[in-house]
Amino acid sequence: MTTKTLTVPQPSVSSPSGGRLYWAVADALTMTKRNLIAYTRVPEAIFFSSVQPIMFVLLFRYVFGGAIPTPGYHYVQFLMPGIFVQTVAFGSIGTSIGLAEDLHKGLIERFRALPMSRWAVLAGRTTADLCRNLFVMILMTAVGYAVGYRIGTNLGEYLGGVLLLLLFAYALSWGFAYIGLSAPNSETAQLMSFPLLFPLTFASSAFVPLQSMPGWLQGFAKHQPVTLVVNAARDLMSGVPNPHLVFPPFTGIASTGRTSSTVFWAAVWALGILAVLAPVSVRRYRRRTI
Amino acid sequence: MTLAIQLEDLHKTFGHTVRALDGVSFGVETGTIFGLLGPNGAGKTTVVRILTTVLAADGGTARVLGHDVRTEADVVRTLIGLAGQFAAVDENLTGAENLWMVGRLNHMSKPELKGRVSSLLDRFGLSDAADRPTKTYSGGMRRRLDVAASLVAHPKVLFLDEPTTGLDPASRADVWAMIETLASEGTTVLLTTQYLEEADRLAEQLVVIDHGKVIAEGTPASLKASMGATVLDLGFADDGTALRAGEVLKTVTDKPPVVLGSAVEVNVNDGPRIVTKALRILEAEGIAPTTLALREPSLDDVFLVLTGHRAEMEPATPPSDTANTNGRRARSKRGPS
Repeated sequence: MTTKTLTVPQPSVSSPSGGRLYWAVADALTMTKRNLIAYTRVPEAIFFSSVQPIMFVLLFRYVFGGAIPTPGYHYVQFLMPGIFVQTVAFGSIGTSIGLAEDLHKGLIERFRALPMSRWAVLAGRTTADLCRNLFVMILMTAVGYAVGYRIGTNLGEYLGGVLLLLLFAYALSWGFAYIGLSAPNSETAQLMSFPLLFPLTFASSAFVPLQSMPGWLQGFAKHQPVTLVVNAARDLMSGVPNPHLVFPPFTGIASTGRTSSTVFWAAVWALGILAVLAPVSVRRYRRRTI
Repeated sequence: MTLAIQLEDLHKTFGHTVRALDGVSFGVETGTIFGLLGPNGAGKTTVVRILTTVLAADGGTARVLGHDVRTEADVVRTLIGLAGQFAAVDENLTGAENLWMVGRLNHMSKPELKGRVSSLLDRFGLSDAADRPTKTYSGGMRRRLDVAASLVAHPKVLFLDEPTTGLDPASRADVWAMIETLASEGTTVLLTTQYLEEADRLAEQLVVIDHGKVIAEGTPASLKASMGATVLDLGFADDGTALRAGEVLKTVTDKPPVVLGSAVEVNVNDGPRIVTKALRILEAEGIAPTTLALREPSLDDVFLVLTGHRAEMEPATPPSDTANTNGRRARSKRGPS
């Protein structure tokens, strides 16, 4: 049971006198492992959490999609990167729910009284949620293929896109960690997280071209991080660069020599969110108040 | 004798109004079992949280084995074990995985941990359930696992916050035996409890706190001696009769009877003899009690004697709101008998 299930990688150097950094990483891995085990014990949770994104795919692909013009390429090529970003972004809400649950059940109190690294609880939770999002991405790629989506670039760029949006979701997780540590219970944590993400994902280029929105909304939608990440993902995965500039229709996409500035700015956003919110959340965890 | 735990003038206020601790000071000698008694909301858990570095005090100092819990929290955490008020086990993990996780987070090596986990499971009668997710455990099993988790890293000072609340009598006896064994091995144990019986059985020294203040300290024997050996409970038809009965019964004992609505309580040393005497007096006054009981003093009675009010049900009741007049009895606070 035990040695098999926990794979903190260092049987030879597991002396308690290991350095601070060593234990910081080991603690985070122990916490990650613990959260991943929990996912395997409740597989229904992952199953049912992928039902909603699949319904979004079907809804937009077959119900709304016909009414959304994306001249020059099929709507499904436009849609799927948006769905991917929406799915992993909402998946990162799991961090706030999980931490609120740990807090509510007294586990955080136990962790706080342990000599473990102060960032490990959050790192373990966000990393486990990253793994779950990776799994969901694989699943959603298969769903995309089933509804007619095809990689428009090459596998390398597609995987680059996956990496980018997982990084974005990981950064969001660190922000939702703060909500998880502040909410009175997991239901409230979810209710607090949802309204933050909802306008960001829907007032973005995820489902419709920005040109279809009123001008005042376009101003917000054009510059907010979800749009940038969706555009970059579309660029890398479908080979559709900068969709809010695609009207009038463009034809043919050169998969080489495209500007990488969308990807660059999307990565900057993701890393910026991470750099700001991770320390804020760790600080929240360290604060010795209830 | 060296002190394992030392508190000096500890203050803690939640928000701006709820004064959880209002100048608490006490010391716990190394290798002893120390009882922290109080009703719900007295501040017991706040004391434990501060001592285990989970919460920071607003004022005063607290030391564990000489290390300040505020400035040397990292050191303190390597020396202590904590079993909080709610069994803090991960219900998706098995019993063995829970202990393993806590051991790893205590930075124990894998070979060392392997033996430790199985011996603890064995000791707490959880070997058969070791590989079952703890969500399938009963309340008693969870609590035992929780206590086992607090022991994984061989703590020198163990904090148990109401370790037997909600346990059936058999599990309670198990936990008691376990605490006694630990103390005999040299571990210092601070336990909080609402049960006088528990403190009486385990603690060598104890303090009683209420509304964030220490209201009594000493040995269980000295505390009980301050109350009289038994309690005479009398019920009357109405409040007025009870008041009159309270007046006339002042002569039966040197401690004044306490009137609570339509009931009267008298702390006495010589139960049976006093009953006869009390009934005679009442009869002479033409008062007939509707109920009569003679019983062992409970924690409720300790509070009644020490504070003049009942153990409050609600956590943050202001100190002025004494329950003397409304006659409501917090029977649920009463210890197991």
